[in-house]
Amino acid sequence: MLWNTLLLALRAIRRNLMRSFLTVLGIVIGVAAVITMVTLGNGATRSVSDQISGMGSNLLMVLPGQRFGPGAEAAPAFKSADLDAVRTQISGIERVAPVANKTATAVFQASNWSTVITGSNSDYFPAGNWVLAAGRSFSETEERAGKAVCVIGDTVREKLFGRQNPVGSEIRIKQFACEVIGLLKPKGQSAMGQDQDDIVVMPLRTVQRRLTGSQDITRLIVSVKNGASIDAVKQQLILLLRERRNIGENQDDDFRVMDTRQIAETLTSTTRILTMLLGAVAAVSLLVGGIGIMNIMLVSVTERTREIGIRLAIGALEREVLLQFLIEAVVLSSLGGLIGIAIATAASIALAGAMNVPYMFDAGINLLSFLFSAAIGVIFGYFPARRAAGLNPIDALRHE
Amino acid sequence: MTGTTPLIRLTGITKTYGRGQATFQALKGIDLAIETGDFVAIMGPSGSGKSTAMNVLGCLDTPTSGRYEFKGVRVEALSRNQRALLRRRYLGFVFQGFNLLARTTALENVELPLIYRGERAGTRHAAARAALEQVGLKGWEHHTPAELSGGQQQRVAIARAIVTRPAVLLADEPTGNLDTRTSEEIMNLIGTFNREQGITVLMVTHEPDMAAYARRIVRFLDGRVDSDRRSVEAA
Ligand SMILES: Nc1ncnc2c1ncn2[C@@H]1O[C@H](COP(=O)(O)OP(=O)(O)OP(=O)(O)O)[C@@H](O)[C@H]1O
Ligand SMILES: [Mg+2]
Repeated sequence: MLWNTLLLALRAIRRNLMRSFLTVLGIVIGVAAVITMVTLGNGATRSVSDQISGMGSNLLMVLPGQRFGPGAEAAPAFKSADLDAVRTQISGIERVAPVANKTATAVFQASNWSTVITGSNSDYFPAGNWVLAAGRSFSETEERAGKAVCVIGDTVREKLFGRQNPVGSEIRIKQFACEVIGLLKPKGQSAMGQDQDDIVVMPLRTVQRRLTGSQDITRLIVSVKNGASIDAVKQQLILLLRERRNIGENQDDDFRVMDTRQIAETLTSTTRILTMLLGAVAAVSLLVGGIGIMNIMLVSVTERTREIGIRLAIGALEREVLLQFLIEAVVLSSLGGLIGIAIATAASIALAGAMNVPYMFDAGINLLSFLFSAAIGVIFGYFPARRAAGLNPIDALRHE
Repeated sequence: MTGTTPLIRLTGITKTYGRGQATFQALKGIDLAIETGDFVAIMGPSGSGKSTAMNVLGCLDTPTSGRYEFKGVRVEALSRNQRALLRRRYLGFVFQGFNLLARTTALENVELPLIYRGERAGTRHAAARAALEQVGLKGWEHHTPAELSGGQQQRVAIARAIVTRPAVLLADEPTGNLDTRTSEEIMNLIGTFNREQGITVLMVTHEPDMAAYARRIVRFLDGRVDSDRRSVEAA
């Protein structure tokens, strides 16, 4: 009986090719959209956390204010004295790199390029996993004197120098000329989609004097010595900064010391929210696909009710008719689900490559979308049939 | 009438449509016995309950009250499923509106009752082809209803009804949608199956010309059997 019913179901699918095609299409689009979005979102999240853990686990980031991003309350920046205090009074640290940023336009001959100028010291490069491709880093004298020298990223080199060797040339930033002493090896795009190589690094003092015009340091990057306890260094940093910033005993910190795990959490939570949003948008398309299927099925109910009447009149049992419709629904919706999964896999791999994020197969979302699509097919294909098969054959035959 | 049990016996069958205030009694107590191998035409004015009676006889509908015996079995006591099995085993239908599956070839339409009977593909194909040949549609096996004339569609429907060699062929105005010439061809076919295969035929018709093919004519009037006689020609 099962075999014959399967035959009948397949014949019915073939007989109504257009309807079957539209049903499958609705599911394909929905399933493919959901899986692709979620897979790419997961890839982006992974890429962010990979990149941060690539920074090494021994880094601490010290920032003014309690929170990142919008809504962060204004808190005083750090000063050079804070940097010296950290360097001299805290044990277990290997390097401390200050950071002060300013956007400015760099000019070389006829080319110009707007970029972010970072003021720091030579510790900035090892702490940020930067490797020099050519030239050298800052000397201590250059740092102390605030000399106009800079190390540039690969994007800046390309925009200003093209194929020329930049080391030894002078670029103009605002009103001063600055000698390019080093070139950084390219890192590529960050997981958040930023070009990391769009960078110019100068001694902190040079940036403070000539660009920002203040003594402010917007953050400190601290690397902890091998073997030293990160938590201990963190505690020392907090105590020292509370004292230096005159924070009373009952007051909260107005700065934040984050280790790489916390940074990763902060950033990945952003991409995770993004993933959820994209997934939700895609889920709507799955729902729309489902409604389309429902529409197709309901429109065909009249015709199919008469068909059921005919089948019952010529000797079908109610359960045979139902089984046939169930098989039809399951075949169509699982076919749609499988094609959707195949398309989503191809699209995710292609898009992940284009977006420079890893492709990560997510069995859960594949299974979930598949089951959802199967459920839609069964609900909208099977239940109208169940009502029709429960009629007296003559009523089904007379159905208008 | 012989002393043996007739193939079909209706006793006091009534059928009431609707509920509450708006009820309508379409059958008001039908008594009827039909012998194996007979060819019965049911006639009567429109609304007299002919189709209602046919649907009850064909187990497509259930009577409101009364007794319906098929081969001595009380049909009204059977479950839905048992009635479906009875249809499957003993009954064949031909409708005025043909009721073929759309976009399905003649061969597949005729095969359908055999699929439900669980016949093997080989047997099924052979039987369906033979049935189509019997109704004169050799060579039309792969045409769909939309590609066939009304007469040809009704032939497919007849082939589908007789392919299972049913005990009873029920036909409700089988020629109602056809011209005179085609009607005669269809009636000849039905007559042949009745004579040569001993299939009992119950047929509703408005046309005396068609009723003339039957051996017995039962007239309905207002939900009751008005007259019941052997046709002169066949007598
Ligand atoms: N499903 C139904 N619901 C309510 N009333 C019905 C239904 N089917 C038939 N009737 C009524 O029952 C009566 C008998 O109908 P039936 O179809 O048996 O007549 P008929 O003799 O076949 O007529 P015709 O020659 O026009 O086909 C009619 O008055 C009709 O209105
Ligand atoms: Mg009628």
